Amino acid sequence: MLPSRAGLGLKPEHFRNILESGPDIGFFEVHAENYMVPGGPMHHYLGKIREHYPLSLHGVGLSIGADAPLDKTHLDALAVLIDRYAPQVFSEHLAWSSHGDFFLNDLLPLPYTATTLNRVCDHIDQVQTHLGYRMLLENPATYLEFSTSTLSETDFISEVIRRTGCGLLLDVNNAYVSCINHHREPGAYIRALPLDRAEQIHLGGFASQADANGDPLLIDSHSTPVAQDVWALYTEVLEQMGPTATLIERDNDIPPFDVLLAEVNLADSYLVEAGGQRE
Amino acid sequence: MSEQTVFASALLDPAQPCPDGLRAWNGSDPNQRFAVYRNNIVVSLIDALAATFPVCQQLVGEAFFRAMARVFVVAQPPRSQILTFYGREFPAFIDTFSPASSVPYLADVARLERLRLDAFHSADVESLGTEDITGVLSAPHRLPGLRMDIHPSVAVLQSRFAVLSLWAAHQQATPELARVEPLQPESVLVLRSGLEVQCIDIAEATGVFMDRLIQKETLSQAEQDAKACEPGFDLVAALTLLLR
Repeated sequence: MLPSRAGLGLKPEHFRNILESGPDIGFFEVHAENYMVPGGPMHHYLGKIREHYPLSLHGVGLSIGADAPLDKTHLDALAVLIDRYAPQVFSEHLAWSSHGDFFLNDLLPLPYTATTLNRVCDHIDQVQTHLGYRMLLENPATYLEFSTSTLSETDFISEVIRRTGCGLLLDVNNAYVSCINHHREPGAYIRALPLDRAEQIHLGGFASQADANGDPLLIDSHSTPVAQDVWALYTEVLEQMGPTATLIERDNDIPPFDVLLAEVNLADSYLVEAGGQRE
Repeated sequence: MSEQTVFASALLDPAQPCPDGLRAWNGSDPNQRFAVYRNNIVVSLIDALAATFPVCQQLVGEAFFRAMARVFVVAQPPRSQILTFYGREFPAFIDTFSPASSVPYLADVARLERLRLDAFHSADVESLGTEDITGVLSAPHRLPGLRMDIHPSVAVLQSRFAVLSLWAAHQQATPELARVEPLQPESVLVLRSGLEVQCIDIAEATGVFMDRLIQKETLSQAEQDAKACEPGFDLVAALTLLLR
């Protein structure tokens, strides 16, 4: 388990700063695929940083929602990373990203039906068996819905967690983005998820657009600070769940380290208010 | 065709309408929402190429580079989830991309940037220690037949252009291109020493020699090929380079 503290997505431009200044951060999270390289500085720095901080390994390329078998090579590469860095958690997305021979580099949506439910559960069973690790599944940010869906997203996720025994990675920003995009109430959406199985929270930023009718369409861009509405939702979530490891995510337009550290500290202060223990 | 096959095909082809069965709560045109996915994919992959080939982008400007990268991304999407490896075919693509033909050295600069990134991520292997070298040198009769294990970061680029000078000029805030004679051929040795990738300007014959060693040719064959390129090739000087 990760400590009930705020953590930060680890970026190469911050490697040296982190090692030199040793900031008081609860954990770091890395995208697994960025470390699936033979050697060099990525492994050098992650190894050093791992000596001092807990680690969350977050996959973005496993394509659990794909209508094709999982990529065994990719599973093996994940197993190698887990063996090398012994992360406290491994998480992946309720989405697909590969099709045929190609990797599409986005988290694509799937309809919620009995068929896709069986497939996702089979894939998660396979991941957990192969890695010998219980994984966390992250709720998606989506822009469209499928007319073939017969289950709500929250029912789908609840059933996957019930059947596979995996945990929940509650991305509060994704919940907010999806709820605005699909005209739902974010608080109700979150309360319909199995929060007792949530072991980690993600907080990120979005970009704002409009759809063809002029209604808001939020994009999960990870390019902006966490929005005020998302912080408000986060504090409600903490009241329900109690303190839970929380990641500040920023993958694009990355600001200076101190700017990110301020967001980490803000999350930490909410965690303390919610009864969390600083170590 | 499966639902995801239709979805994936429409993602990469903006001329196709979005798949049937997609909807928005307000009944708005799903094509505009589908375009978010299309845009995410293409833009993120262009960004990945821009990160791998920054000097190429400087040479042709951001607008041209991104337009060129967009053509490549749609024609050759990645086959691996590991995006740092994406773009191995990009230099060859640039060779065939006629709008870039006025910058004839662009593809070779891309080759150099790709080799630098591969060296950056290459496996961590200890280089030869002094004892290993003494051992080899103590049995000189075995030297000609020796096939060396070259460090996995090492690569050679032989260019008809001043590829390293062009690249180096762009490491400064204000590139001093006036000093570079682009049509001067250059050979470059790329390697990683510790955590730093280095590029070393070498003679063409030394490039031939290193290339043969990387291909696991014997030392004598490598020397012979290097001498065919330049009769005055200096074996000792070339070997010294490998001990850096």
